[in-house]
Amino acid sequence: MARMTLDELRALRETKRQDLARRDVEGKDIQIIVGMGTCGIAAGAKLTFDALVDSIQKHGLESKVLIRQTGCMGLCYVEPTVEVAYPGMPTVIYGKMTSDAAEELVQKHLVEHTLLDNHIFDRPAADILKK
Amino acid sequence: MHYAIVDFVTDIAQNACESGASRVGIVFSEDDDRVDVAVEDDGKGMDAGQLARALDPFYTDGEKHPGRKVGLGLPFLKQAADQDGGRFSIRSELGRGTAVEFGFDKRNVDCPPVGDVPGMLLSALCMPGGHEMTIARRRGSLSYELRKSELIEALGNLEEVSSLALLKQFLRSQEEG
Repeated sequence: MARMTLDELRALRETKRQDLARRDVEGKDIQIIVGMGTCGIAAGAKLTFDALVDSIQKHGLESKVLIRQTGCMGLCYVEPTVEVAYPGMPTVIYGKMTSDAAEELVQKHLVEHTLLDNHIFDRPAADILKK
Repeated sequence: MHYAIVDFVTDIAQNACESGASRVGIVFSEDDDRVDVAVEDDGKGMDAGQLARALDPFYTDGEKHPGRKVGLGLPFLKQAADQDGGRFSIRSELGRGTAVEFGFDKRNVDCPPVGDVPGMLLSALCMPGGHEMTIARRRGSLSYELRKSELIEALGNLEEVSSLALLKQFLRSQEEG
């Protein structure tokens, strides 16, 4: 792969945009938030972030999903943590989200609409919430 | 504890992005035997007392974790640098910003692996906040510079997975000789 210029990046973006416009898009209503605090990074959250981008693209969901990063959600003992908000499903925080688990998340939560029972930690830790 | 040098950079960059900065700069230089990094922001900064305490693992400003008493980002980095003949320095001024500089000697047997540089840049560029981020990367004779504003102008919202996938491809291509 040769080094890409910004102009080539713009052109590629335009091609992809046209491809995506042809698909039936409901809007970007799925939000994924990856915990990127010291604890998350130490547990491999960057690999999780990367795996989510790849897996979402592989499933053709890239026009529907936003991925954000945040700091620590207080669940340092089960990092990496990932929060998923999918309309019509409960918003959950998943823990122990290795890159393999991230692929499972995309397959089960985003495609099959079922929760990953063994990874659910529900909400940020109570002791870090602002009173 | 972080595994790779890029993990330390992500951690320090995340602090910078949360500091209320309008500008964040990352310099990442690499030779056969050295890695040198600088992360600077013009965010809220720290006074001398806060700066001294920031290197204490059992101190945090209480904003990120109101009920907790640890802050490990900077202490991890300083410990890693101290342990394997690296260097670490931090300058900060209240209301003006913070500059963290560190380096590792790759010839030292305890030097952490460099890690995935484009992956780290992707994460750093997509951290939330309305700041401009500049990145200056050098590896031997290869060098390039990136600006977050230019990438947003080319790609649109960097939180969309379609943009993230393209940005990832772009960043990987920059590392090609």
